[in-house]
Amino acid sequence: MISLADILAEHAEREGPLLPILHDVQKMFGHVSEEAMREIAHALNLTRAEVYGVVSFYHDFRTEVETRPVFKLCRAEACKARGVEALVPVAEGQTRVKVEPIYCLGLCSVGPAALVGETVHARLDSARLTALLASV
Amino acid sequence: MKIRISDDALAIACGADTVARAFIQAGAEVERVSSWGMHWLEPLVDVDGTGYANVTADQVRAIMAGTTESIGSIAEHPFITRQSRLTFARAGKTRPTSLDDYYASEGWLGLAKAQAIGAEATIETVLASGLRGRGGAGFPAGIKWKTVASAQAATKYIVCNADEGDSATFADRMVMEGDPFMLIEGMAIAGFAVGAQKGYVYIRSEYPHAIAKMETAIAACAHLIAPFIVEVRVGAGAYVCGEETSLLNSLEGKRGEVRAKPPLPALEGLFGKPTVVNNVLTLAAIPWILTHGGEAYASYGMGRSKGTMPVQLAGNVKHGGLFEIGFGITLGELVNDIGGGTDSGRPVRCVQVGGPLGAYIPPSRFDLPFDYEAFAAADALIGHAGITVFDDTVDMAQMARFAMEFCAVESCGKCTPCRLGSTRGVETLDQIIAGKNVEANLALLADLSETMKFGSLCALGGFTPYPVMSAITHFPEDFR
Ligand SMILES: Cc1cc2nc3c(=O)[nH]c(=O)nc-3n(C[C@H](O)[C@H](O)[C@H](O)COP(=O)(O)O)c2cc1C
Ligand code: SF4
Ligand code: FES
Repeated sequence: MISLADILAEHAEREGPLLPILHDVQKMFGHVSEEAMREIAHALNLTRAEVYGVVSFYHDFRTEVETRPVFKLCRAEACKARGVEALVPVAEGQTRVKVEPIYCLGLCSVGPAALVGETVHARLDSARLTALLASV
Repeated sequence: MKIRISDDALAIACGADTVARAFIQAGAEVERVSSWGMHWLEPLVDVDGTGYANVTADQVRAIMAGTTESIGSIAEHPFITRQSRLTFARAGKTRPTSLDDYYASEGWLGLAKAQAIGAEATIETVLASGLRGRGGAGFPAGIKWKTVASAQAATKYIVCNADEGDSATFADRMVMEGDPFMLIEGMAIAGFAVGAQKGYVYIRSEYPHAIAKMETAIAACAHLIAPFIVEVRVGAGAYVCGEETSLLNSLEGKRGEVRAKPPLPALEGLFGKPTVVNNVLTLAAIPWILTHGGEAYASYGMGRSKGTMPVQLAGNVKHGGLFEIGFGITLGELVNDIGGGTDSGRPVRCVQVGGPLGAYIPPSRFDLPFDYEAFAAADALIGHAGITVFDDTVDMAQMARFAMEFCAVESCGKCTPCRLGSTRGVETLDQIIAGKNVEANLALLADLSETMKFGSLCALGGFTPYPVMSAITHFPEDFR
């Protein structure tokens, strides 16, 4: 089990280490807690408010635990042109999976597209989306 | 029998891994290569040069037995033969993180040439190529390099902008996933030319495959680019961090707020040091330019738009993918002749060029040549050269609303017209869509757009009015 102290130590030599630290913390613990922010601030000689300001600025970081699987559905223009909006009711018609918007995955010629963890999905239609949501 | 299947994220999303596994289980040897960029054909399987399109695992045995219909020679496909592939010369042909493949295909020749002719002549070559920044603003790369080169500082940086946030763009992703050494070589040449010791590649977190490939490639070639060092940094889901000064703040571990210019990043950039910030495609063009000469590159293109542009055909388009061509080709040729019109088979209603900050353009303007100046004169944007095609089912009032909503979600918050104006814009468009006080609200929206255009520090707030107002101008019937 990697601890916060390990993560802080690993990035100690980097220039501008805050984002890499926050990414690792979120990957390890699923979110960036109040306590983690306090410890990070202390280690980097920043105020807690400064760290909180950074965490809250970026869409990727969450301060609350999310227990459900997260499914990121692309809602940007090219996926809209390929019909993603018609799939939104399907995505929102269930509660087991947390569906979040994401703006472009670089799969814009084969949308609608989605990202689950580090797995990419394309050419979604209602049936494929339903099956995917049931399988994550 | 040599079987090649792409391991690019798009091919994988379309099922390439499953197909590759099926070939291996059937006893075939499979080489995972970069993507040809003919996305509508993925998963595309290359058997000794012959292509099989949209392959599924159950077709594997028939393909190996030669009893399935092919699309013929991939390299001779009209979508490929009509291109001028300089940056994407290796696409579909090489294993992305194989140093052997890279050496065997002109790899590292550009860096060797730069070292042989010296830093000053390297910058002269880039100037002679006419290469302009491919990230959107079109600023001449050679001039930026010259500024950084002549800045007096012990520490300088090369920052590669791989934030590629615009919808309809994927060329940066394809470079990083398909030809990462080319980008690293471009960065090393830039470092040599301006006297920088360290390079950062700032990659958006939405691109896990690109991040992994770049890290593998950097580790594999560290000895070849030494003493220059390259490091990957991962974004955190903020579109505005593609703006160069916001990106620098993010790299420094701060909120991604846009900085006022001056000072220019070239003089006071990362950690206050002189910094070259260039887009992936800008840096990726450099090895070819050094290897073949600035004039050879400048012989492509038109007017002040020199060289080639990897155009990205996306959205509701039949032949979506990557099409690298000299500047000057018209929008209509790209959308209709090469793209084949819509994927749905319905009429093309409009295209958006240049991502979420680019104007919507109706077919009546498809004579517009792909050229920075011609687009600017038409109140349009080439940006990162992504084209989103829409058919006649699109509701332009909804697209205008989305432009404002996107700006509201992604605003860095520094300027009031952007932060509050975009939210106000969404509310106003909601009223219009609901049919309330339409004329008065349209007038309000026009005022709001002017305020955003002139009162915003960066193009997020400043250019969001273009998609909004172009939608209203060209498709008024969707608003009334
Ligand atoms: C809101 C906004 C987003 C941007 N996003 C990107 C981006 O994702 N990638 C990029 O290369 N440039 C982006 N730019 C342009 C950069 O600010 C900058 O011009 C570019 O990185 C310079 O490199 P180049 O000269 O090689 O194009 C963006 C600009 C703005 C205002
Ligand atoms: S225009 Fe918007 S994104 Fe750009 S600096 Fe101002 S508030 Fe930030
Ligand atoms: S717009 Fe959805 S992947 Fe790019």
